[in-house]
Amino acid sequence: MKMTTSMIHLRQKLSTFLYRNSTLYLLILLIPPLLWFGIVYLGSLLALLTQSVYTFDDFSMSVLPTLTLQNYINLFGASNFDIVTRTFLMAAAVSIACSIVGFPIAYYMARYAVGWQKGFFYIAVLLPMWASYIVKAYSWTVILAKGGILYWFINRTGLTPVIDFLLSLPGVGGNTLSTSHLGRFLVFTYVWLPFMILPIQTSIERIHPNLLSASADLGAAPSQTFRTVLLPLAVPGIVAGSIFTFCLTFGDYIIPTLVGPSGFFIGTMVYTQQGAIGNMPMAAAFTVVPILVVGLYLTFAKRMGAFDAL
Amino acid sequence: MKAAVELNNISRHYGEVRALDRISMVVNDGEFFSMLGPSGSGKTTCLRLIAGFEKPTDGTILIHSKDTTNVPPYERDVNTVFQDYALFPHMSNLENIEYGLKMKGVAKAERRQRAEEALTMVALPDFGSRRPSHLSGGQRQRIALARALVNRPRVLLLDEPLGALDLKLREQMQVELKTLQRKLGITFIYVTHDQGEALSMSDRVAVFNQGKIEQIDTPQNLYRKPSTIFVANFVGTANILQGQIAQELSGQSHPFSVRPEHIKFVDSNTAVDIIKLSGILIDMQYYGTHNRYEVEVAGDHRFTVEMACTEGNSKENLPQIGQTVIIGWSAASMVYLPES
Repeated sequence: MKMTTSMIHLRQKLSTFLYRNSTLYLLILLIPPLLWFGIVYLGSLLALLTQSVYTFDDFSMSVLPTLTLQNYINLFGASNFDIVTRTFLMAAAVSIACSIVGFPIAYYMARYAVGWQKGFFYIAVLLPMWASYIVKAYSWTVILAKGGILYWFINRTGLTPVIDFLLSLPGVGGNTLSTSHLGRFLVFTYVWLPFMILPIQTSIERIHPNLLSASADLGAAPSQTFRTVLLPLAVPGIVAGSIFTFCLTFGDYIIPTLVGPSGFFIGTMVYTQQGAIGNMPMAAAFTVVPILVVGLYLTFAKRMGAFDAL
Repeated sequence: MKAAVELNNISRHYGEVRALDRISMVVNDGEFFSMLGPSGSGKTTCLRLIAGFEKPTDGTILIHSKDTTNVPPYERDVNTVFQDYALFPHMSNLENIEYGLKMKGVAKAERRQRAEEALTMVALPDFGSRRPSHLSGGQRQRIALARALVNRPRVLLLDEPLGALDLKLREQMQVELKTLQRKLGITFIYVTHDQGEALSMSDRVAVFNQGKIEQIDTPQNLYRKPSTIFVANFVGTANILQGQIAQELSGQSHPFSVRPEHIKFVDSNTAVDIIKLSGILIDMQYYGTHNRYEVEVAGDHRFTVEMACTEGNSKENLPQIGQTVIIGWSAASMVYLPES
């Protein structure tokens, strides 16, 4: 098809018009993603929040659009609050463990790995994320099972008393590794670790090497440089990573089902409430908990100056 | 004179690349010493070796007569001002300045006082509570200087500290740095690729080229008596003649150099001790204080001639582009150089 002169002319005019009216141009570009974010993301979140103040009628097992705070009050009931604390403690422990394990790896990736090493580390960190997460969770049940490879290793290395002691601790232990909090913690830490490594790696990579040289130049020994320059400047990455690990643990319902002792997690509770019972309002109220916790966490981190260098 | 820093046969190799190749030099105590050279000549590597950020592949480094070759940077009595300033973004300016004292365990009250003094010294007394990100380039430069000097180092290393500043500010900071150095009596080791900067500020200059030192001398000697073709070319502008034309003009087989300001436009009956050449004026540039002329002489040789703009040099009696001119210089203004 041949373009006529008038068509070319029209196109030129349109281009000029858009170039001159850059705001309009931006609006045209932004409207589709804005609609997507506005309706699909924020809209559904708003719907969720609205649901959480609706009433669930126990008799008819149906949701009534009568506004109430009862769902939130119920959250503080002994059994529900137990679920919240259990999930919270696990999420916190997993986040701390991921940051401790992830930091040195991220540090090495950002500071020392070059060429093929860099590629290797990226793939090593990302590859596990390509495999289905359910498969990984199931494999861990095999790894942790009695007669599994971990028990074999523990027996061989004579660490049985250590593991027996750990499993006897209240809040940590359980009958076996695969039915203990410890086992669940191991699986969570394994599964979410990449989400911690990558943000930390990015934040360390952004620290100019001269800042570390300057610190040494001013008389700081390596441990002092770590405490006063490297760590504070890596905090935004740690915070970003811990938000991932925190939220993912908070919302997960598969790992708590497969590994660890009985007792609900927020994720499993939401799943049960909205699935088996159909109590959408209570499920929604549970979902608000991680949002609130992360909000508080971010406010606290900002107050502490975690983002001042950004 | 006592030596502040001595490098003995220092080499630094990165794989196959020889960033520094067996260099030796002595920096005297209290001296303003510059390391001048094009990028990649090894001057910054040399500075990093003195600071201790890198270890030499070979050779020894003495700071105040103590062998510091294997001493880490945090145990050396030197401080560095970085090209990009390297101020800690998560600390206020005052905290930045206090940092070195804090690491050395100086009590809080004293280090606060010394940091305030340092801020006053660099003329930014009210900027302590701000963050470096809220300052202009020139102000950051001063904070970086204060952060280094507050530790009262005996040797201050400066890595192209004025490189990122605009011309006016750079000239102003040059004067301030020189004044400060004279007042404090600290040894300054200053890395720059700007020959004007090196000449105007330094007591002595080491000229680096391809990992080696070409010449270490006073600015006057570097300019008047360059010892290699590279130095003659890099420090100031030079007309370098070598090979057959050099032989014809001087009667000697050595290459030689003539500075543009030593060449004049002459006529055919000027005195005999003047070496004369005829050529065509192909370009002229105006610099305010002087004019610069490009003259092409038979055989593709180009000469740069500089002449001060004075009242007498009105437009009419100046040569015009395209005109045939005779240029000449006295034998005394020629500097003989070794073959490169």
